[in-house]
Amino acid sequence: MARKKDEILDRSLTRRDLLRVGALGTVGLAAGGSVLALPGLGQSSAGPAQDHATHHDMMTVGKLAPGSFDPSAFLTHFDTGKVSRLPSGQVLREFELVAEDREIEVAPGVFFPAWTYNGQVPGPTIRCTEGDRLRVRFVNKGSHSHSIHFHGIHPSGMDGAFEPVRRGESFVYEFDAEPFGLHLYHCHTVPIKRHIHKGLYGAFIIDPKQGRPPAREMVMVMNGFDTNLDGENEVYAVNTVAFHYQKYPIRVRQGELVRVYVVNVTEFDLLNSFHIHGNLFRLYRTGTDLTRYEWTDVVAMCQGERAVLEFTYKHPGPFMFHAHQSEFAELGWSGIFLVEAPLV
Amino acid sequence: MPLWFKGLAPLVLLAVLVTLFLRVGPVGVFRQSFPPVEQLTVERIRLPEHGVMEVRVVNGGPEAVTVAQVMVDDANWVHRVNGSRTLERLERRTITIPYPWVEGEPHTVALVTSTGLTFSGEVPVATLSPAVDARYLTTFALLGVYAGVIPVFIGLLWLPFVRAVSRRWIDFFLSLTMGLLVFLGVDALVEAAETSALVAGAFQGSSLVLLGLLGTPLILAALGHWRGGQRGERTPLQVAALIALGIGLHNLGEGLAIGTSYATGEIALGTFLVIGFLLHNTTEGLGIVTPLADQRPRLRSLILLGALAGVPTVIGAWIGGFTYSPLWTTLFFAIGAGAIATVVYELWRLFARRATGGLTAPLNVAGFIFGMVIMYATGLLVTA
Repeated sequence: MARKKDEILDRSLTRRDLLRVGALGTVGLAAGGSVLALPGLGQSSAGPAQDHATHHDMMTVGKLAPGSFDPSAFLTHFDTGKVSRLPSGQVLREFELVAEDREIEVAPGVFFPAWTYNGQVPGPTIRCTEGDRLRVRFVNKGSHSHSIHFHGIHPSGMDGAFEPVRRGESFVYEFDAEPFGLHLYHCHTVPIKRHIHKGLYGAFIIDPKQGRPPAREMVMVMNGFDTNLDGENEVYAVNTVAFHYQKYPIRVRQGELVRVYVVNVTEFDLLNSFHIHGNLFRLYRTGTDLTRYEWTDVVAMCQGERAVLEFTYKHPGPFMFHAHQSEFAELGWSGIFLVEAPLV
Repeated sequence: MPLWFKGLAPLVLLAVLVTLFLRVGPVGVFRQSFPPVEQLTVERIRLPEHGVMEVRVVNGGPEAVTVAQVMVDDANWVHRVNGSRTLERLERRTITIPYPWVEGEPHTVALVTSTGLTFSGEVPVATLSPAVDARYLTTFALLGVYAGVIPVFIGLLWLPFVRAVSRRWIDFFLSLTMGLLVFLGVDALVEAAETSALVAGAFQGSSLVLLGLLGTPLILAALGHWRGGQRGERTPLQVAALIALGIGLHNLGEGLAIGTSYATGEIALGTFLVIGFLLHNTTEGLGIVTPLADQRPRLRSLILLGALAGVPTVIGAWIGGFTYSPLWTTLFFAIGAGAIATVVYELWRLFARRATGGLTAPLNVAGFIFGMVIMYATGLLVTA
């Protein structure tokens, strides 16, 4: 671990990133850089003497090991399964989820002994359309019994609550996707708290038949990790890695419709929340209704709650988004939308 | 078989076994079945300037530990480590954090290791840490002079008095001295035990206490033999010097504690506290001169005795103010306790030779108890 580079203050990354974008687009630094032109930002590894810390000081240091789970890729990746048609004409989507133990990196250099679906936390985002037949083959290669409990409407035997799958065994969940909305799946084997907190969860999206308006879509699973096993989370994030989207901002276009599927699976804390800067979002609770519930900039969610958010940025530049529990934000659950001028 | 072989054979066998164990032995089996045991100890957190924290950390555990992240008051923070992030056993690092700490408020720094464990240290009251410059050297020197040097020398001024009083009353003051010393010895021992809890595991704080407590009297006893005294009998001046040494070692520890508390903002050294130390430590001077009641010591000897007892306070304050270490503080206090134990023993023997009615004579018992009561009462003034 004699990587000298990592031992100096690691603030340069975001700045360089943002500068490059600022120079590319018509955004111009005067507008785009103003938020980031905070004192101290430029003197990355220079003397740390300052009374005014910036958002670039409240940050993890270093980078993830190469080949680690990439939250940026996860953000926009939807698994729609292997598609075919049943004799009845109904669309069949087949998925395979494998439970396995894996050590994951939840902040640079901080490793967590996770239980995963398909080796990642969160598990793959499963996406289908209302009325599709889902066939999910579950293989348990983990060290404990596990299951998959999907939220939504399905027969009792497909609920995953009473059918723990022993290690080395498998199970096929099969049901029709209903109702449309944003759901989730997670392990329902006892002790549930540990099985969820260890990483066995993922987003489950059922699109309405008529679809939703075209948008730039992304999935954010709000989670936390109790790395020292004291019953409190040390790391908070959306999509596992603390401060990932602050170091690697999510680029969106000015005027473009953005849709975020937000799922809260945070263990140990009663509530988590989602807040965006410089904007408000249309809130569709659970996504089960196409009329907006509220126009706001903060939504609080209990564990298991989810919401579909839609918004369009009016102004270019970097805008933060984070939990409005400051503690969660300071322990990793915060990121940046980098709004770029539209392509001409 | 030669003697040296008989002596060395077990050691050679041991070395071979350890080597084998490390190379091929069942270490692997042990490793598999236990999670990594990590142990980091935050030894000190300095606040050298506004907006900067410096955390000194030592790995006192059996395994190497990697510091992956740092949290201050439950927030991740950027930082710099002076060397590799991985600390081998017994290695130290200083971590510099540009954190806008708040004057007068408490802060917590937690180090997150690669396995996600956290080890934290506290700043009880945030205030600028003293830098080694003329101003603070003077401050701590004055602190030591007020708390240690002046009171001891004032106490020495009781010499004409103890010389003038009757033999019975000298016995009274001797037993009073024993009372004072027993109090100081127990105080030093308690301090040593308390500080030993802060010592990183591998350095075995409680063993250090034992080492200082038992080693010091033994070494002092051996020294007495070596200097040719029959059966270790000592002259009154030697006893006075021993007392001064014991008190000096105790005061070194006390100086450490004062310097540290001052530097970490835990005590504000007000007038009240300085007066408290003056009163508390003046009686120490009395303890030194009492064995000399029927002697005619030279002025130079007296000054040397006073310096031996008082000046360590200044040295302690410097060490404590600038580079506090629980390890050294524990050792100094334990040595002080051991030295005082020796002194009490020597006084006891001196007493047995000369006292009328021994220690259990009512007046002497009163003296002993009064000595402890004085320390207790004046101690009330300095408990910050």
